[in-house]
Amino acid sequence: MPASPDAVAALKGGWAGVTDRASLDHPAVDVPPGDLLGVLRALKASHGFDMLVDVAGVDWGVGARPRFTVVYHLFSTTAHAYIRVAAHCPDNAAPELPSAAGLWPGADWHEREAFDMFGIRFSGHPDLRRIIMWDGYPYHPLRKDFPLAGIETPLPDAEVSAETKAGLIAAPMVGGPFVAAPGQINMGEAEPRAKDESWSERPPKPGA
Amino acid sequence: MVSANSELAYNSKIEGDVVVSRADAVINWIRTSSMWPMPMGLACCAIELMAVGASRFDIARFGAEVMRFSPRQADVMIVSGTVTYKMASAVRRIYDQMCEPKWVIAMGACASSGGMYRSYAVLQGVDRILPVDVYVSGCPPRPEALLDALIKLQQKVKREPSASKLLSA
Repeated sequence: MPASPDAVAALKGGWAGVTDRASLDHPAVDVPPGDLLGVLRALKASHGFDMLVDVAGVDWGVGARPRFTVVYHLFSTTAHAYIRVAAHCPDNAAPELPSAAGLWPGADWHEREAFDMFGIRFSGHPDLRRIIMWDGYPYHPLRKDFPLAGIETPLPDAEVSAETKAGLIAAPMVGGPFVAAPGQINMGEAEPRAKDESWSERPPKPGA
Repeated sequence: MVSANSELAYNSKIEGDVVVSRADAVINWIRTSSMWPMPMGLACCAIELMAVGASRFDIARFGAEVMRFSPRQADVMIVSGTVTYKMASAVRRIYDQMCEPKWVIAMGACASSGGMYRSYAVLQGVDRILPVDVYVSGCPPRPEALLDALIKLQQKVKREPSASKLLSA
């Protein structure tokens, strides 16, 4: 099987939309969403990238355009080489890409997780349900506009919710068990880092 | 030769077939001596819970070695680990399936307060959905701490007015 530099050149020859992607380690390409499945299929069939290692979602920020990107890492078990393929979702409001589950069965759960955490839909996916949060959870927690502390929602089970009167509450770090205030506790022993709310609240995102 | 002074236990030849006690004491003695735990192992605390059940710490010394994975045969639910919101409904449902009387031990920081998980996914203390009797601090607690919690729970149960509760039920 040919090594991966040939693969990038072959892809750029075969598809006009394929461009180089900045990368510090492995060869990487940006692919238009329409060509994504064709490129992945060619990489698997003709270039020996027989293993799908990872499908990762990226949210570049609320105002960014394109906002959502999906990154595929492929590995060749014969040439022992990686290649990275990235595709931007064309629509910010309803991000959608074709599913790679038909090429690699392992893409099934990866794509379910990307859908769960980022709300990226994969058309043609055999069973696109949430995989980590429960069915019916209204948000996508890894989006940049979702606060880490969470947003109030009822518990997944309506019976239990009614019985216990408990629900999902926002749990910011301030007021939590690991935050110390001056005067209340020896600050030398406390954790001042927990007072940093920059990653728990809703700061304006740079470059948005 | 056994002298009469060394008799520590009940001897029917001396005392006859009758023992006089309070109903509360008898019922609570029975309850505390055989508390069967429902091991609600949800995270790393469950590993310590296993250590408590194993030979070195041996929860059998306190009559609670019979881990029942059926809630219907269990008396005390030991919530050991991080309770996520997704799991919270199942925890509550299993608690509801346990027969009265039943107790709950919240083992470790996560079960007691959510611990370090201040996030959208983790229930901030299992006491928001269950009536907790004993909280155990630690992340995870030492096995001795859980044994201490069990003894504390036994002391609490021994103070309950069980007979009047049973009669009024």
